[in-house]
Amino acid sequence: MTPLLCACGLSFSYRDRQVLADVSFSLDRGEVLGLVGPNGSGKTTLLRCLDRILDPEGDFRLDGRDLYSMSRPEIARMIAYVPQNSGALGSATVFETVLMGRRPHLRWSVSEEDKQKVSEALSLLGIGDFASRRADRLSGGERQRVLIARALVQDARLILLDEPTSALDMRNQIEVMDLLRRLAEEHRLAVVAAIHDLNLAARYCHRIMMLKEGRVLGQGAPSSLLTGGMMRAVYGIEAVVKDEMGVPYVVPLRPSENDNLVEIV
Amino acid sequence: MMAEFGREEYARLMEKRALFITALVLALVALVGIAVTLGSADLPVADAYLAILAGLFPGAVDLPERMIESNAVGIVWGWRLHRVLFAIAAGFGLAIAGTVMQGVLRNPLASPFTLGIASAASCGASIAIILGAGFLSGGYLVTGNAFLFAMLAAGAIYGMARLRGMGSETMILAGIALMYLFSAVTSLLQYLGTSDKVQEVVFWMFGSLDKSSWPKLGIVTVVVAAIVPPLLWRAWDLNALAEGDEVAKSLGVPVERSMAGFMLAASLVTAVIICFTGTIGFIGLVVPHITRMAIGADHRTLLPASGLVGAVLLLGADCLARTAIPGTIIPVGIMTAFLGIPFFLYLFMRRRDA
Repeated sequence: MTPLLCACGLSFSYRDRQVLADVSFSLDRGEVLGLVGPNGSGKTTLLRCLDRILDPEGDFRLDGRDLYSMSRPEIARMIAYVPQNSGALGSATVFETVLMGRRPHLRWSVSEEDKQKVSEALSLLGIGDFASRRADRLSGGERQRVLIARALVQDARLILLDEPTSALDMRNQIEVMDLLRRLAEEHRLAVVAAIHDLNLAARYCHRIMMLKEGRVLGQGAPSSLLTGGMMRAVYGIEAVVKDEMGVPYVVPLRPSENDNLVEIV
Repeated sequence: MMAEFGREEYARLMEKRALFITALVLALVALVGIAVTLGSADLPVADAYLAILAGLFPGAVDLPERMIESNAVGIVWGWRLHRVLFAIAAGFGLAIAGTVMQGVLRNPLASPFTLGIASAASCGASIAIILGAGFLSGGYLVTGNAFLFAMLAAGAIYGMARLRGMGSETMILAGIALMYLFSAVTSLLQYLGTSDKVQEVVFWMFGSLDKSSWPKLGIVTVVVAAIVPPLLWRAWDLNALAEGDEVAKSLGVPVERSMAGFMLAASLVTAVIICFTGTIGFIGLVVPHITRMAIGADHRTLLPASGLVGAVLLLGADCLARTAIPGTIIPVGIMTAFLGIPFFLYLFMRRRDA
């Protein structure tokens, strides 16, 4: 079976600054791919390119179809994008905010089916109780769930998330990541998430892709990818990588000797 | 049942919105009756409605003798009704334009006035009045200039934003800069003009419905009626844009094209209204806020409800403007501010407390 998502040689430049260079990967249904790498490595840009919010060069197929031949609404029915949790929600209620995810499927009026899907998503994410609260008055964790619920009702096959756990406390972090993994496996969705926390990524992603300065330094299972050498190459730090019940666990120690970070410290 | 979360509340919210809109329509109908009675010839409210119906369906309404003697139908249709309807059309259009601009730019300060469109219209009108120069001649010299300058400002903002990538902040900053530029030109013209011309400019800028007529009402109605339905049809796009450009795009909205279309539509409606009325500043800025506080942010209902609030407010303000000081008609632009701003501040303070 062909993979759901197939990206080949994606490159993107902001004016004359190249942000992504020759990024290639594929992704299957039911798989969670973690994008990791230092700040400015191109994670967010890659997500935006995958949703065609930006227009990269290269070949990009979803379910065998060329993404460049698809219209904006068609893309919206196949790909959902959850931006970084920036608190920029409007003054609509939680129910209405999630309902917005149905926009690619709606004409004007809201059907019973649409409302049913919203209710189900709210229930699945455990935010049913504040369905009628204003979305701009939620806590970070609640807001993140609203954003994920909105992406879910979009009925997309691929969900892209930018730092879904960055504004969350520990419990919310593992709950959200656990949910994403379950959604991927149970609903046969493909998930791509940019994640800073390597240990969270290692624990919940099937595969990890390591980016630095817009290039792919490696991709594969967390246990094969997260090594002391990789930490030195990507982050310029010395780190011990432990094994915690089959999941790699990175303990950062100090900046590497031969890295210019040393001068700053 | 577990998966019923929020559905009941949502149904109640939609009911509340429908009720709000119905109440506004009823208030507007009542206000029309009252507004038509205002004037030098006495006319009871019931006769006012009869006269309107008699004009709409000639021969179908049995008029009482007193109304035939007093030529009530002639007075209402010849003198009063066009002003009342003009207030409704103008209030409706300005409020919807303001709602669209605030929605697209995601900025509570966006309005035809903060974007420089109104001061451009004033500038155009000043050039026509003081210098006698303009694009059209005769009776439409001032109006034509006001309209074209307003559209020019809208086009300039759009062009500048386009160059810089169409960000909403860029558009608002460009608009505010233009507002100052056009105001400076208007001030210069006033400084140079003769006192009677300057007075004329000042009167134009107050904003008033005194110059309304059936043909002008026709033009405004046609433009509003042509533009509002497509805006309503794209209401989901406005809802999505409220969540940010990126989100809107990922929800399938062609963001750049959509924003340009919305801004053009809102500018056109504004320009065609204020070129006849002068500056009626308050409606486009504050009515969208009042309505949003009342019924929330879904543009499918927010747009028509804002329009109706605008219509009720402008018509109500005009009634008061004509009766507050006997023998004097206060310009309605001044009255809308007197009426609406305290009400707005009250709503705002109350919300902050809650």
